[in-house]
Amino acid sequence: MSAGNMRLTLKVWRQSNTNTQGGFENYNLDGVSPDMSFLEMFDILNEQLIEENKEPVAFDHDCREGICGMCSMFINGQPHGPLKGVTTCQLHMRSFQDGDTITVEPWRAGAFPVIKDLVVDRDGFDRIISAGGFVSVNTGNAQDANNLPIAKEDADDAFSAAACIGCGACVAACKNASAMLFVSAKISQLALLPQGQAERSIRAEKMVAQMDAEGFGNCTNTHACSAECPKEISFENIARMNREYLGAKVSSKAL
Amino acid sequence: MSWFTQALTSSIGKKLIMSLTGLFLISFLVIHATINAMIFYNDGGETFSHWGHFMGTNPIIRTLEIGLVLGFLLHIADGLWLTKANNDARPVKYAVSNASANSKWYSRSMGLLGTLILIFLVIHTSHFWIPNRTNQFATGEELNLYQMMLDIFQNIWVVLIYVAGCFSLFWHLLHGFESAFKSLGLYHVKYNGAIHFVGVAFSIVIPVLFALMPISIFFGWVY
Ligand code: HEM
Ligand code: FES
Repeated sequence: MSAGNMRLTLKVWRQSNTNTQGGFENYNLDGVSPDMSFLEMFDILNEQLIEENKEPVAFDHDCREGICGMCSMFINGQPHGPLKGVTTCQLHMRSFQDGDTITVEPWRAGAFPVIKDLVVDRDGFDRIISAGGFVSVNTGNAQDANNLPIAKEDADDAFSAAACIGCGACVAACKNASAMLFVSAKISQLALLPQGQAERSIRAEKMVAQMDAEGFGNCTNTHACSAECPKEISFENIARMNREYLGAKVSSKAL
Repeated sequence: MSWFTQALTSSIGKKLIMSLTGLFLISFLVIHATINAMIFYNDGGETFSHWGHFMGTNPIIRTLEIGLVLGFLLHIADGLWLTKANNDARPVKYAVSNASANSKWYSRSMGLLGTLILIFLVIHTSHFWIPNRTNQFATGEELNLYQMMLDIFQNIWVVLIYVAGCFSLFWHLLHGFESAFKSLGLYHVKYNGAIHFVGVAFSIVIPVLFALMPISIFFGWVY
């Protein structure tokens, strides 16, 4: 990595735990390279803080290659910053100007409480998946792939929905902190495939019920979610979830 | 909770109610705008009053009117409930929000636009509908709505309030028309273009038609 010459002011949300009130801290950072990723820039900031005997900024990250969905940062008013279709780890400092002030906040949602600084608790997503986002089959040797014919269009749509990495940018972007893009991607992915048929109705009912219980908001159809999604999950999934859910409610065996 | 209440009070169910009542109100707007547009015959209100009399006295229409009032109340109550719940879902707001990068301002302002329409509705019904129905109830006679219009729309402030109401309706519909179909699960490349086209056209034509009524009377084009 080349030594850089960008000079930035970072306005970062600091909060010691869920129950305390947080606030913004300003940090000046010199020598930032335009080739650094946004997370690498935060590594430099944390090294600087450690050298100054200060508490480093807690932030989530794991793969740093855009596939795990951990790197939740709300940068200058947008989840994962200004670029379309990327996570924070895939955002580079060349997207900013020398001398910029950059505001970084955690995802804001009642259902995503702040654990520390920029780290939020996204267990609500896991509980929604546990409620029905699976297929109950005996595992064992995979059968021959061609035993289950799947129309190309369905396979494509299921695959696009399955690209969701559960990062929560949809919730962060939505004015209602609604989780519908996430939940609809998970419901769609299985509803479109033959393996998902057995539990299709109950899955839609249970996952939506869990989503509501978590305290996520309702959908206003603003499309902010899919516009900000790093995997560009289609809004079509939300309409499909509406059909799946309403269809399940009028036809399922569950009373 | 029965499966039915559970379905209707769920996030998706609340939107289903919003959508169905919204589409019902859209159908009402078609009738309302059509009948009021009869003033443009400029025949001293003859055609308008003929249809106004039909709408005000026909037993089927009067029964449907109860449905209309209920439809409004349901849409308003559910809309305010949703707006509150959605606001509560984010207890701590962002310090910096660049929402214009991902969505339209009027899509994010349906609660505000709806409230403006609600304020307009209170003013509007107290100009015409409430006095007329009260008088019908008391004396059995209808009021001369055409003459009342000519009088009320002489005041520039009233005209401006009506035009502002039409703007609120325009933006509410510009998002709402298409949104109602999405809430029903109707969103597909096969027909999205058609819904969008009809939605935009409807959102423009109806409010413009409505706005032209007080404006035409104020400027004496209709008398
Ligand atoms: C003639 C009058 C009205 C018409 C034709 C109308 C129509 C619509 C339509 C079609 C929608 C979209 C429904 C959906 O997204 O599924 C909608 C949404 C909405 N309406 Fe109305 N509306 C009217 C009056 C009002 C009033 C008086 C209020 C007062 C509170 C209101 C509040 C709302 C709200 C808050 C939403 C959005 C809910 C959400 O998705 O977040 N509307 N309206
Ligand atoms: S760290 Fe894994 S997606 Fe960014």
